[in-house]
Amino acid sequence: MLSPDEWQILALSVRVAIVSVVCSLPVAVLVALVLARLEFPGKTLLDALVHLPLVLPPVVVGFALLVLFGKRGPIGSLLDAWFGFTFAFRWTGAALASALMGFPLMVRAIRLSIEAVDRRLETAARTLGGSPVFVFASVTLPLALPGIVTGTLLSFARGLGEFGATITFVSNIPGETRTLPLAIYTFTQVPGGDAQALRLSVVAVVVSMLALAASEWLTRRARAAR
Amino acid sequence: MIDVDIAERRGAFQLDVKFTADAPIVGLFGRSGAGKTTVVNAIAGVGKPSRGTIRVNGHVLFDAARGIDLPPERRRIGYVFQDGLLFPHLDVEANLLYGQRRRRSSERVIADERVVDLLGLQALLGRKPATLSGGEKQRVAIGRALLAQPRILLMDEPLASLDVARRREILSYVERLRDELAIPIVYVSHAVDEITRLADVVVVLAEGKTVAAGKPHDVLGRIDLPAATGSDEAGSVVEARVARHDAGRLLTTLAFDGGEFHVPRIASAVGERVRARILARDVSLALRRPQAISILNILEGTVAAIGDQSGAIVDVQVTVGAVLVNARLTQHSVRELDVRVGRRVFVLVKAVALDQHTFGHAEVSA
Repeated sequence: MLSPDEWQILALSVRVAIVSVVCSLPVAVLVALVLARLEFPGKTLLDALVHLPLVLPPVVVGFALLVLFGKRGPIGSLLDAWFGFTFAFRWTGAALASALMGFPLMVRAIRLSIEAVDRRLETAARTLGGSPVFVFASVTLPLALPGIVTGTLLSFARGLGEFGATITFVSNIPGETRTLPLAIYTFTQVPGGDAQALRLSVVAVVVSMLALAASEWLTRRARAAR
Repeated sequence: MIDVDIAERRGAFQLDVKFTADAPIVGLFGRSGAGKTTVVNAIAGVGKPSRGTIRVNGHVLFDAARGIDLPPERRRIGYVFQDGLLFPHLDVEANLLYGQRRRRSSERVIADERVVDLLGLQALLGRKPATLSGGEKQRVAIGRALLAQPRILLMDEPLASLDVARRREILSYVERLRDELAIPIVYVSHAVDEITRLADVVVVLAEGKTVAAGKPHDVLGRIDLPAATGSDEAGSVVEARVARHDAGRLLTTLAFDGGEFHVPRIASAVGERVRARILARDVSLALRRPQAISILNILEGTVAAIGDQSGAIVDVQVTVGAVLVNARLTQHSVRELDVRVGRRVFVLVKAVALDQHTFGHAEVSA
């Protein structure tokens, strides 16, 4: 059904989206918890910073990543020197761009569901002998699960569709950084590429629907577990 | 042994509570807003007083001066909340075991089978909290707190969200805990009947202050108590012994220090000590012994005190033997009978005013 090239594009896209979601999830939970539960000076600033990718043009985010994480950028050069690791023009860079663009959506959904957890349940758990960390893992997280699933899916979908930040940061390299949106864009730029673009668009629709169905199923299971 | 001496200021509310109690069940009594929950929260480590000390069975849980403030998970205080607060994502069994699993096996004195049996939880183990009735939830909450192996159990208005039948059911479970597990309980309530039935020592709070503390018959009969607690259920508590049952007349006779009470037959065995509460409005006074009257309990006594006489209703306290009985009369009657301190009067109490549900088992040592 799909040509080897198309399979490669699909596999790359899914890998980029999954890696971006898996790596950003723990950070998002932590940030959501901090925003939901703590009061501190600079909270508004942190909140604004988290939401920045949502309001900035994606190209600006990509450019910022290029400046910071490029081979000669302040962070990129350190990573290269210490770990021999580079984001620039690699699929890992595409994952980083996806993670950043999906981060506000993820944090938002998780924060809302943490705020909805009755804190007195946590108090009850503490009196039963649970340390704060244990209580968070055994009471707060399971009760916030529907929001975590929703946030993860939103971020995953955002990652699959990521275009502007990715193409600016890691360019459009076939087999390395050419994800579905970038491939579709490329086909629309060459004469007679419309049919190819259409085929890949259908693939994008199918993958998104599958992700949506999976999250719906997970959310329902999480709710039924109550 | 519970030793509390704490102060806390929150806006206009100033809490200043001090009491020491060593009893199977300590009743913390007062109207809502009196600071009862603030006190139990402080004992559990959920709220932090600004100064003072809290000790339980010799363990210092809080000492502001020495900078000691154990976190709740290290205090080993069982806390049963008003609305149970079961974990909605866990089934009953997992709720019950939540606290037990946090304790070392050497600390596990109260066995899970025992608690399941005592509270009748066997049939509920696989259910989710959302499917339980109010009474069932509260039983699970009590079991969950017990299995966390607490040194004492705090119960904050555990019956508040239940109907009358469920209340009686939970009250008898609380009595079973006291009798079979020998775990000290601090029972918080604004209801005099619950406190009378359960408490061996009563601590009365009003507007953040301890206004009285002691044995229920001393504390709950105080004539100034309704004013302090806002309770319109003025009354007195009598501790008595079951003297005999009269099978033919369906009556039980209770003997107390100063006379006998006849009550509709109760289930307690002869010789058992019981505690009964008599509402002041169920008590009448007469100057001469009335004849041809349905009232079974006519006792001779002496007026000991008269409450505030400025209103239409006046509380009069009468000593009958060693027992104080409060009568609530109209100001008109007080004038008409010329009730004065020291005057001999007859106290009239309908037998049916003392029914089964007002009784609690008194300690043998009381």
